[in-house]
Amino acid sequence: MRKRAIGEAGWGWTTMAAIVGFIYFFPVLFMILTAFRSRMDTLATPPKWFFSPTLENFYHIFYRSTAGSTEYFATGFHMYFFNSIYIAGVSVLLALIIGTLAAYGFSRYPLRGNDTYLFIILTTRMLPPIIVIIPIFLIFRLTGLAGSYTGIILLYTCFNLPFSIWMMKSFFDELNTEIEDAARMDGSSERSVFFGICIPQVKAGLAATSVFALILTWNEFLFALLLTGKGTRTMPNAMARTIGGEINVDYGLLAAMICFFLVPILLITYVLQNQLLRGVTFGTIKK
Amino acid sequence: MNRNTGFIGWFLDPKRRGPLLIAPAIILLLLVNIVPLMWSLGLSFFKFRANQMKPPSFSWFYNYEKMLTKENIWESLQTTGIVVASSVFIQMILGFALAMLFAKKFPLRRIILMLVLTPMMLSYVAVGIFFKLFYEPEFGLLSQFIQIFTGEMYVLLATPAGALLGVIVADAWQWTPFVMLLSLAGLVSVPKYLYEAAEIDRISWWRQFTTITFPYVRSLLLLAVLFRTIETFKIFDLVYILTNGGPGTATETIAVLVYRMAFQYFRTSNSTALGYILIFIVIVLTSLYLYVIKKRESADI
Repeated sequence: MRKRAIGEAGWGWTTMAAIVGFIYFFPVLFMILTAFRSRMDTLATPPKWFFSPTLENFYHIFYRSTAGSTEYFATGFHMYFFNSIYIAGVSVLLALIIGTLAAYGFSRYPLRGNDTYLFIILTTRMLPPIIVIIPIFLIFRLTGLAGSYTGIILLYTCFNLPFSIWMMKSFFDELNTEIEDAARMDGSSERSVFFGICIPQVKAGLAATSVFALILTWNEFLFALLLTGKGTRTMPNAMARTIGGEINVDYGLLAAMICFFLVPILLITYVLQNQLLRGVTFGTIKK
Repeated sequence: MNRNTGFIGWFLDPKRRGPLLIAPAIILLLLVNIVPLMWSLGLSFFKFRANQMKPPSFSWFYNYEKMLTKENIWESLQTTGIVVASSVFIQMILGFALAMLFAKKFPLRRIILMLVLTPMMLSYVAVGIFFKLFYEPEFGLLSQFIQIFTGEMYVLLATPAGALLGVIVADAWQWTPFVMLLSLAGLVSVPKYLYEAAEIDRISWWRQFTTITFPYVRSLLLLAVLFRTIETFKIFDLVYILTNGGPGTATETIAVLVYRMAFQYFRTSNSTALGYILIFIVIVLTSLYLYVIKKRESADI
């Protein structure tokens, strides 16, 4: 390793960075506070910085009452949580399996026009989703796939596929092929080279790829907006519907919904910091 | 080695291993992405509305002609251009400044870096909600802050310029960490001995920056600009949540325009024609991006 020009700095620098970090993080922090405020405290002017925290917003995600009545009814939100997790989970798993195989192929057995294939694959991901969705919307309507799990999972699998291929290819490209060649000389079959030598070495890559794909899928809004029905609605969509009109938006409730997902996001951002660059550039930039 | 004969043997021939591995991915992408896109390319040469039973009628380049001459797409492209240019500009400046801050080792660096990187990992919908609350005229922080000076409620999203600014600020906030991450990668890749040599030669801070630091981050900054340009060009979710294109058409970016055209007015074939004009732009930008990547990789070796 070359010596990097990363200088050392002390606690003075930490203080400075902490202040900047705090300012940058402030909108998120404010949302967390809003989630624990009562409705009256959220609407207060000037804003109440000190308030007695309440969990009512979190309760209201699942059970609400109509104005004035004391009768609580289920909002069906547990369904949207389940949908988001189920749809994202299945499509990422499928994309990861198909994508890893393809990435291995692209990395180890380059075809004529390998780069062209990879370019086209990346382009399908870079195109504005709104344009991809128009024909798919029409086809799904014709075939009855609109509003079904199969339809949206199929679509998300394809949505994650270019990402998985580029990410996993970048991990396979980093491996030392000499080990594989040595194993082949010793008579290992191709299958055991792949499962026994390559896959164990890219375990961290598989984990990073699946986590990023899960976040991308969980966050996706437009496809879900147009192609999920009442039974398959996902979280971002349910949140957008909660906003509804311009007046009387229940920000406490929305903040609570966001908070549910915030803890895993923070954890992932912390743990995967070194893979983040690769993740957000679809594996095109390694370092 | 290969004991299989017949069809399976042909199938498992080592020569076909590459194609076989990538086949499932290619087939799936063909079916779900490429074929529908070809279909909509075909549709863009017809007159067709998805909410009418009338079969499509062939019309040559009518849709394209209409899109390029009669419609408000120039206005919309201009709006998109303003959002892209200002948002990416803010991201570059702030992102690079933040990277300079984090290009050192200091205690608790990882935790503080996590705070700065988080916005990038959130959904557009969540970010939209943050800023909608922030801009809220009655109890939003922005309005209350301005009230201290003017005594009046401030409705940022009600004016065309204000709404545009609101969208730009929200987008820039979310994606500055992205530019920071790329700049950081460039900054920490500069070999230390270059700075040591510069110190010995008593070269000024500014000269060190322009002759040592900048050449190392230049290609990454270019990639950041290209990547963010492609992504911001497609901006939809944030606008949909914050302003829904309004007031009027003030924040109607090109993706919002296509959405309205296709799913609110059901001008299906018109929207596919407009779509293909956009696809062309994105393909050019993506090839440029990959060209820079290739060049950078070969320069490293």
